Amino acid sequence: MNRLRRIAATCLAFAVGGAFDLAPARAEKLIVSISNHRVTVTSSYSGEELVLFGSVERDAATPARHGGYDLVVTVSGPRADMVTRRKERKFGIWVNADSRQFLNVPTYLSIASNRAIDAIAPADVRRRQQLGIDNILLTQRVGIDYADVVASDPFRRAFVRLRTEHGLYRESASGVTFLTPTLFRTGIALPAEVPTGTYDVNIKLFADGAMVGDTQTAFEIVKVGFEQFIATAAHQHGLAYGLATALMALMTGWMASIVFRRD
Amino acid sequence: MQLYLPIADIPINVFLILAMGAAVGFVSGMFGIGGGFLLTPLLIFIGIAPAVAVASVSTHIAASSLSGALSYWRKRSIDPTLALVLLGGSVVGTVLGVWLFTLLRAHGQLDLVIALSYVVLLTGVGGAMCYEGLRAIRRARRGGNATLRRPGAHTWIHGLPLKMRFKRSKIYLSVIPVNIIGLLIGFLGAIMGVGGSFILIPILIYVLRIPTSTVIGTSMALTLVTMVIATILHAVTNHQVDAVLALILMIGGVTGAQFGAQAGHRIRSEHLRLLLGLLILAVGVRFAIELGIRPEEIYTIRGTGGDA
Repeated sequence: MNRLRRIAATCLAFAVGGAFDLAPARAEKLIVSISNHRVTVTSSYSGEELVLFGSVERDAATPARHGGYDLVVTVSGPRADMVTRRKERKFGIWVNADSRQFLNVPTYLSIASNRAIDAIAPADVRRRQQLGIDNILLTQRVGIDYADVVASDPFRRAFVRLRTEHGLYRESASGVTFLTPTLFRTGIALPAEVPTGTYDVNIKLFADGAMVGDTQTAFEIVKVGFEQFIATAAHQHGLAYGLATALMALMTGWMASIVFRRD
Repeated sequence: MQLYLPIADIPINVFLILAMGAAVGFVSGMFGIGGGFLLTPLLIFIGIAPAVAVASVSTHIAASSLSGALSYWRKRSIDPTLALVLLGGSVVGTVLGVWLFTLLRAHGQLDLVIALSYVVLLTGVGGAMCYEGLRAIRRARRGGNATLRRPGAHTWIHGLPLKMRFKRSKIYLSVIPVNIIGLLIGFLGAIMGVGGSFILIPILIYVLRIPTSTVIGTSMALTLVTMVIATILHAVTNHQVDAVLALILMIGGVTGAQFGAQAGHRIRSEHLRLLLGLLILAVGVRFAIELGIRPEEIYTIRGTGGDA
């Protein structure tokens, strides 16, 4: 049994190795490191800034890149379903009328590059690699269909704009700095309202408009200690949490009536 | 001092919340009301999600009404029978209210319903109180006695069947209107995040003709029970009760209420009623204006499923 498994593993390794051999254009290797892989949310949490460092590793077979390198770093937070609603005037008052549901979209999105994304890659590459907020896939439910819509769709635009206003979606054409032609750094700003969960970091390297390398890393944002205890209790043990909260309220009220008793 | 709220998921300034709790506590101590109708909009204004604000304010009101109810109990100005009969209706109302709250939240109309309820109830009750307060002041100026008008003290409500004796209030009354009023208060309380005493007290006095001596204490006892139930139900169904937020509010609230109560004794009761009326009316008008003018941002995002 064990022997069989080892053979299977060897075959798989060959297959993977073979696939790499077939892609000679990806000669560059990206090596990245993130300043903190586990951001903890405590009672004093009010946002944080992570730093990502990396370098482009070249070997003898790597062709010369005269135009230099371009880099796009996409950080996407945990995914969730969200509804965007639009108010309309009805009977003299403003009420929520039309709405679109966004399915499984990132709750946080940060796209940093060393120069304007339009200048880094042509439109078809941008779309395929989902470079920039306009090219990120934001699936909507339209009736019974599931589809992304054009970037100019009013609901999509409003969604991106509102997330941007809260600092949850951000795009910076100067977010990545090349310290040397092959050494780069970028900051990942996390505002206080960032949701907890796993954040994927996608780093894509371009040269002369074509992608020549990519790598992934991740970090997580977790509530710890008291904050985690409260949040878990509220979501998983609703009844016990409710009873405990009510009891706390009664204790406080009772204490107050003793402390301030005048009669 | 910034503190991260575990359920509301935003950092807040502790002193701001304490001050808001104390200010609303002052007002509630002064007028003998819960103050939820002031606190909930304030919390929404500083960026706390309406669902979290409504649910956490219920917890806060439970605390402040217990300390009030205890002192009224010592003065024997709570009618336990009346409170129990009101409660029967109110429990059903609260369950219905929390159910509707959940339903509206899913359909994106919760904010509208909260706003509309505020407009209708606050402008109505506030307007009536202003009118009544002004009349009382004018009567007092003319030198007449400022007692409440109670002609015959009987309406069709007093002719309904299933009558029962409410000893401490010294009144003989059908349980039907009492139950219905309880149901209404419980329902509104769960949806609006208010204790409902600003509606309950006028109804008990003007509609059921219950003596003022037992009305405030009884209303507080009722508020206490409905808000405890609302807290538990909100925690079970919506998971939106922020215990940390509620605790900060309570601490500010019970402290402010003591100073409010002292201030309240120094003001004449007609003036007090007029002031309260103006306050309620102002909050109602503010909500009405907000609904009527074009909002700066016509789009909103809400998480559905997941915790965003």
